[in-house]
Amino acid sequence: MARSAALRRPSLTRRLSLRFNAWSALTIVIAMIVALPVITVLAHIFMPTDGIWQHLASTVLGRYLSNTLFLVVTVGMGTFVIGTGTAWLVVMCRFPGRRLFEWALLLPLAVPTYVIAYAYTDFLQYAGPLQSWLRAVFEWGRDDYYFPNIRSLGGAATLITLVLYPYVYMLARVAFLEQSVCVLDVGRTLGRGPWRLFSSVALPLARPAIVGGVSLVLMETLNEFGAVQYFGVDTFTTGIYRTWFGMGEQVAAAQLAACLLAFIIVLVLLERWSRGKRRYFHTSSRYQQLPEYQLDGWRSLAAFSACSLPILIGFLIPSGLLGHLAVRQGDRLFGTQFLEFAANSLVLATVAAAVAVGLALILSYGVRLHPGPVTRSATRIAAMGYAVPGSVVAVGILIPFAWLDDQLNSFLREHYGIIAGLVFSGSAFILVYAYVVRFLAVSFNTLEASLGKVTPSMDAASRTLGQTPGGTLRRVHTPIMRGSLLAAGILVFVDVMKELPATIILRPFNFDTLAVRAHNLAADERLAEASTASLTIVAVGIIPVILLSVAMRRSRPGSGQVERKDKHL
Amino acid sequence: MFTHSRLVLPFAALLTGAAFATNASAEEVNLYSARHYDSDQALYDAFTEETGIEVNILEGDSDQLIERILREGAASPADVMMTVDAGRLWRAEQEGIFEGIESEVLNERLPEAMRHPEGKWFGFSQRARVIFYNRDAIDPSEITRYEDLADPKFEGQVCIRSSNNIYNQSLLASMIAHHGEEGAQEWAQGVVDNMARQPQGGDTDQIRGVASGECDLAVANHYYYVRLLEPDNEADREAAEKVGIIFPNQDGRGTHINVGGAGVVKDAPHHDNAVRFLEFLASDDAQEIFAAGNNEFPVVEGVEKAEVLESWGDFKRDELNISILGENNPEAVRIFDRVGWR
Repeated sequence: MARSAALRRPSLTRRLSLRFNAWSALTIVIAMIVALPVITVLAHIFMPTDGIWQHLASTVLGRYLSNTLFLVVTVGMGTFVIGTGTAWLVVMCRFPGRRLFEWALLLPLAVPTYVIAYAYTDFLQYAGPLQSWLRAVFEWGRDDYYFPNIRSLGGAATLITLVLYPYVYMLARVAFLEQSVCVLDVGRTLGRGPWRLFSSVALPLARPAIVGGVSLVLMETLNEFGAVQYFGVDTFTTGIYRTWFGMGEQVAAAQLAACLLAFIIVLVLLERWSRGKRRYFHTSSRYQQLPEYQLDGWRSLAAFSACSLPILIGFLIPSGLLGHLAVRQGDRLFGTQFLEFAANSLVLATVAAAVAVGLALILSYGVRLHPGPVTRSATRIAAMGYAVPGSVVAVGILIPFAWLDDQLNSFLREHYGIIAGLVFSGSAFILVYAYVVRFLAVSFNTLEASLGKVTPSMDAASRTLGQTPGGTLRRVHTPIMRGSLLAAGILVFVDVMKELPATIILRPFNFDTLAVRAHNLAADERLAEASTASLTIVAVGIIPVILLSVAMRRSRPGSGQVERKDKHL
Repeated sequence: MFTHSRLVLPFAALLTGAAFATNASAEEVNLYSARHYDSDQALYDAFTEETGIEVNILEGDSDQLIERILREGAASPADVMMTVDAGRLWRAEQEGIFEGIESEVLNERLPEAMRHPEGKWFGFSQRARVIFYNRDAIDPSEITRYEDLADPKFEGQVCIRSSNNIYNQSLLASMIAHHGEEGAQEWAQGVVDNMARQPQGGDTDQIRGVASGECDLAVANHYYYVRLLEPDNEADREAAEKVGIIFPNQDGRGTHINVGGAGVVKDAPHHDNAVRFLEFLASDDAQEIFAAGNNEFPVVEGVEKAEVLESWGDFKRDELNISILGENNPEAVRIFDRVGWR
């Protein structure tokens, strides 16, 4: 394609190949900068440890492994079922409340796992209001009844599923919306019923998006720290934290982190391998309003319940519980200082989101232009930061940047007799960098899935018409992907709002965010007071989540232009 | 989008870098603190008022702050490192973070046990790790020592939090000091066998466990209990009133004590201000705010205590050298793993 254009104009060949190389070089350089902290941590693998592994293996390692596996499997399946199921329902079916569910299903995204954990623990634990009430009403004693313990592996898996399923829902919904109506119509004319249409046409076509969503969920689960630590569930991540900070064994901790990464690499490879050589493109650009199924009677009731339950348990109840606590015993600092916390959170999240989306766009396009093994693995490594616990990323960042500061300061002292202080590691810059390292995968996966669906003949056409790769990206891909770009940015934004471990370690003096405030109070066992900050995180997070939903609706090409064609079921 | 991101990155770096880089010449002191009580702000304000020195604060978990100071190295802006556990003070000292200082004021005002022999750190408040019991179910004469928690007669009755918690690690470290490794492991095993439930939640949750009848005995730091007694929440107060407090080992070595303390960081850019800050913490006024902020025991004699603490009267404190708690910490963590104390 590019070559055919170039053949006719030899002078262009050199320019093009130069640009091509510049793109892949840019891709690799960005990827390496982002991968630096992870590589720094992994470099510890080759250092010796004295006997600590033996201790870990004979005592806690088995538990770390089995708990982590349990979480990954249950959360992965749970988010897949809830996310894909509800997405299909709101895209393809008509039932009461669907318009509301379309965006409301995203709401739990605004709730950090540690916040939902705080809320439910207070309510469901033995000394909490629900069980106390049950005991009082039925006059039960301690051993007279069974009540599931919320502070358990199962409790953690349930709560994590409830706040993470929106990742799958969102990407699946976009994928269903973007599916060409022709494909679905062909399925239908070939006599596929709604279930078969879903399972044999829509689901396979949406596979890259759904896999992208589930893998985000899995990585988020693997490095989940707040809720599992609060529940006392030992996972790889809490184990890494304990080995590094509690036992002071950095090397062993880095090696544990490497195991975690290996685990993720295997997951990614398995998926690639099972997908094989198949590629997913839209070959038709004919879009029109998707034909919807009208649900009646018990079917619509079932659909209604299936969509309202996750919202109820994942968002409304915890917010209500927190609201109740906040009103009764809220934070005494609520007021001007709170505005400062909120402003800090907002600024950080906005800047980090813009940077992460920009870099992800360059990276995903770089791979598309030059899909060699080098660029491909470079971007994979760059996206690894998402799977590394925030506290480990933070230390991986501190090591090189503190070294840089040290070099700078010794140079300045020697030549000018001054000390500049911590230019790199002591400013909010390092926080933005940390967020990009942590959350690049979120924007990258979203954009890669979206870019992957644009057929290469688009590029070919654009290039034949004389556009450069950069021009093609700007004039062709960016407008097509507008919705995905916004989605990627908002996802990073919400993630940054919720991020805790790296923020605590890396933030500068006198600089608190909402998440830090909530954590400090909760760590000091003042949950009721922490509820104010927790609730504010959720409230601030809702706004972009709703924006996101609006953007998703508008992003569907041709939406609202063609008369509605309803099919009755 | 592409051109934007090219602009945004350096711009953000410039903006944030310029805004937050610390200025070494101003009259200020940089405090890395693992304490975060709202009343601490009053303390810092009082210091600024008295001396004109601004206090810059970075709050975080002790281990993270230690790691950060280490990584920042000689360029670290840290002047004072403050933490709330002997194990952490010891670890910070072992990592070489503290600089020994000589201060007449501190030597004079603080008891010897609250001072590192080379002036590397100083204790400014004390917290007691005590036993709580359900007033309806337990006769307090039945349990007078930590050792009794491992007594088989209390099977299924003990609530205590996770071994990840440093207060438990320091308690076990003191058991190692008094009974040797083997004795300490036996004790830990006995406590695990007596647990009413898998360790979960914080100290407050253990006390609530006793109040709600889930367990009859619990181990927690004293101030969490005092906090429940505060008048702003009736339900908490009611719960706390069902619970009694026992200061263990009064006939023997005394109750296990932990400290909140601070030291001057090596190569501190504002060394003199840092010393002044520590001296300020030892003053009567500061001691009162410092201790009252978290209902802890002040270390300077004659400083007024919180009302509830006053009502408990005096009690015997384990005078084990605080640094031993730190030395025994790694072994304590391993024992916890071996006996399956989550």
